[in-house]
Amino acid sequence: MIQYIIRRFFYAFPLLLGVNILTFVLFFIVNSPDDMARMQLGQKHVTEQSIANWKQQHGYDRPLLWNPKASGEEKVTQTIFYQKSVGLFLFRFGVSDSGRNIGADIQERMWPSLALALPTLIVGLLVDVTFALMMVLFRGGTLEQAGIVLCVALMSISSLFYIIGGQFIVAKVLKLVPISGYDDGLIAIKFLILPVLIGVFSGVGSGVRWYRTLFLEEVEKDYVRTARAKGLSETQTLFRHVLRNALIPILTGVVVILPLLFMGSLIMESFFSIPGLGSYTIDAINSQDFAIVRAMVFLGSVLYVVGLLLTDISYTLVDPRVRLS
Amino acid sequence: MVILWTDALIFLLILVVCALGFYWHDKEHIKRPLQKIAASKVGVASLVVLLFFVFIGLLDSVHFKPGQGKNNELISCLDYLAKPLIEQGEKTYSAPFAARLYSKEVIVLDDGTTKWGYPRLVFGGSHLTNPDIELLPDILKKAFYGLAQGVALSGLFMLSYLGIRYQRQNKLARFGEAPASTKTALLVTFIIVSLGYTLIYLSSYYHVFGTDKVGEDVFYQTIKSIRTGLVLGTLTTLIMLPLAIVFGILAGFFQGWLDDIIQYLYTTLNSIPSVLLIAASILMVQVYITNHEQDFTSVIMRADMRLLFLCLILGVTNWTGLCRLLRAETLKLREMEYVQAAHALGVKKSIILVRHILPNLMHIILISVVLDFSSLVLAEAVLSYINIGVDPTTYSWGNMINGARLEMAREPIVWWSLSAAFIFMFGLVLAANLFADTVQNAFDPRHNS
Repeated sequence: MIQYIIRRFFYAFPLLLGVNILTFVLFFIVNSPDDMARMQLGQKHVTEQSIANWKQQHGYDRPLLWNPKASGEEKVTQTIFYQKSVGLFLFRFGVSDSGRNIGADIQERMWPSLALALPTLIVGLLVDVTFALMMVLFRGGTLEQAGIVLCVALMSISSLFYIIGGQFIVAKVLKLVPISGYDDGLIAIKFLILPVLIGVFSGVGSGVRWYRTLFLEEVEKDYVRTARAKGLSETQTLFRHVLRNALIPILTGVVVILPLLFMGSLIMESFFSIPGLGSYTIDAINSQDFAIVRAMVFLGSVLYVVGLLLTDISYTLVDPRVRLS
Repeated sequence: MVILWTDALIFLLILVVCALGFYWHDKEHIKRPLQKIAASKVGVASLVVLLFFVFIGLLDSVHFKPGQGKNNELISCLDYLAKPLIEQGEKTYSAPFAARLYSKEVIVLDDGTTKWGYPRLVFGGSHLTNPDIELLPDILKKAFYGLAQGVALSGLFMLSYLGIRYQRQNKLARFGEAPASTKTALLVTFIIVSLGYTLIYLSSYYHVFGTDKVGEDVFYQTIKSIRTGLVLGTLTTLIMLPLAIVFGILAGFFQGWLDDIIQYLYTTLNSIPSVLLIAASILMVQVYITNHEQDFTSVIMRADMRLLFLCLILGVTNWTGLCRLLRAETLKLREMEYVQAAHALGVKKSIILVRHILPNLMHIILISVVLDFSSLVLAEAVLSYINIGVDPTTYSWGNMINGARLEMAREPIVWWSLSAAFIFMFGLVLAANLFADTVQNAFDPRHNS
């Protein structure tokens, strides 16, 4: 087991290197630092001198991959690739283009993101599975038909409408919760209720449909027929046999996104002005802060790789048929 | 006539679809699922709705320059037909079917005195002398006229359809004898044509969905947005399919180092959060466009380039899922007896791929194309909200929602832009989702029970 984890760890390394090279190509080779400087300083009246100053300020004044002027090992280290990309592997995110420490920002902002994403995931999972089980229980009837139609209709509405509509009705007309904002500690709950509810609601359509197909696949299997033949009632078979076996794909599906919860939800956080990583990323995109976007790309892929690893491990824990070798 | 990049690709896509349809029209294994789709009421109804959207999108995809003069902005056929809507702008917000502006202003009366009140609209309801009394009866009257004409028009359609049927079958085809799905199709066409005609008729007297902040007709904006949604939903798949098919089949069929490389490639791409990858790429495109301003002479061309890039980027980030599916299926197929037999008979590998593997992957490809369509249309709205979607000058539902978001905080609120975008987007996505379900049921072998 430990051997396997170590091996997977080394397998993750080329993956992250690939991500790093890809972002490097996107950010530095497709467009040179000169282009970036011109973009940041405004298009029209930019002198060569101010571009050089900007580049020097942000450390973009080195050669891309190979520095012939430096001596010894500095030929490699005194380059943009080494300074800007290799540091990411050690989680040294460096300084954003506006001069803030990205690492500290991330540590501070990841908790509000988690406070929003984790309840959304858990409540959403419970609601989705409950409704899906109910639809399977009443399968073949008009209730299920109505449920399917409702699911497709809910799926067809853009999440933006859920957010705008929810904010308008619950916060503006009924005035039950504040429209947006965030606070530390327990007061945060007041601000988080609405986004969590909307998050759950906007995912219900696709979620219920997905879990329903999972359950339906399980319901047709032989062991369920045997259980029914033994004389168990429909609810008993559903809860004791179908749900338990369907938990395996459900669990592994959840585990893979667990680490990504830290990244937060982009639109949710920006609509409700929650100071998480999602709104951090959006702000960076809007102010065209390439350093932050690059750091978030790397962080996201690290978390994804961790999620894959956790999925593999959780498979062995819940399903004895799977062995890691 | 001027052909933009996306226009060209759309027509290429239609050509491809037609060619495939021609190639498949006598193939039994394709015919059976198609008949299944044709027999499903929901499938046919959603297909008709989709075809109407496609029709409007195509009208909007034929661009030309109206005159040789200085006014050299490109317009499309749709713009040409909707000329009154474009030209008859107002000053600022006005509600649907309103005859007066939404905000108070100083009005100069005929006798030179000024008054603080809601001024009349330039276009909406300008034929009325006293809108306070006449407005509602006039709307109802116009709506009735419009509906009556629409019904007559669609009735003409129905009659000509029945006429064609009559000629073909050489006997009087009665409506009652037609299969249930044909009746559904006719009914949906009837409803859409009647309602659509009513809307068009009314829009020549009023702003049916009101006007936005700069006084532009919202109805026109939503109609123009249809093309953006369709282009994103279809062109992305056009870019994604070759990547997914070629890599998926190669990885599954040849295995070995090729498989390793391709798997590495798509795991790497997959591990980058797609929104961030799109954001990074769009930022790069933006930098490129601002630094090469001289290459993009007109606003439409620049917006079109960005739309194309967005399709390209979405295609590059989206092919991994389908590629994985195709790889797994190819792994299964290559062990099948008939492929082994082809091997043993000495058929070349490339011919096995094209003749035995590819046709058996078609159902997966088809299902994933229709499933992806609606999610891409929805994704456009979200991306436009984060400012990494289509160009801000392009008409799109995402941009409309983005603009309308702040209007909800106004007092009194401006709700019509949002509602119009909601109705049309919901219509398109719902139809696409329902159609995707039908296609999946018809083509997926696991559903054949």
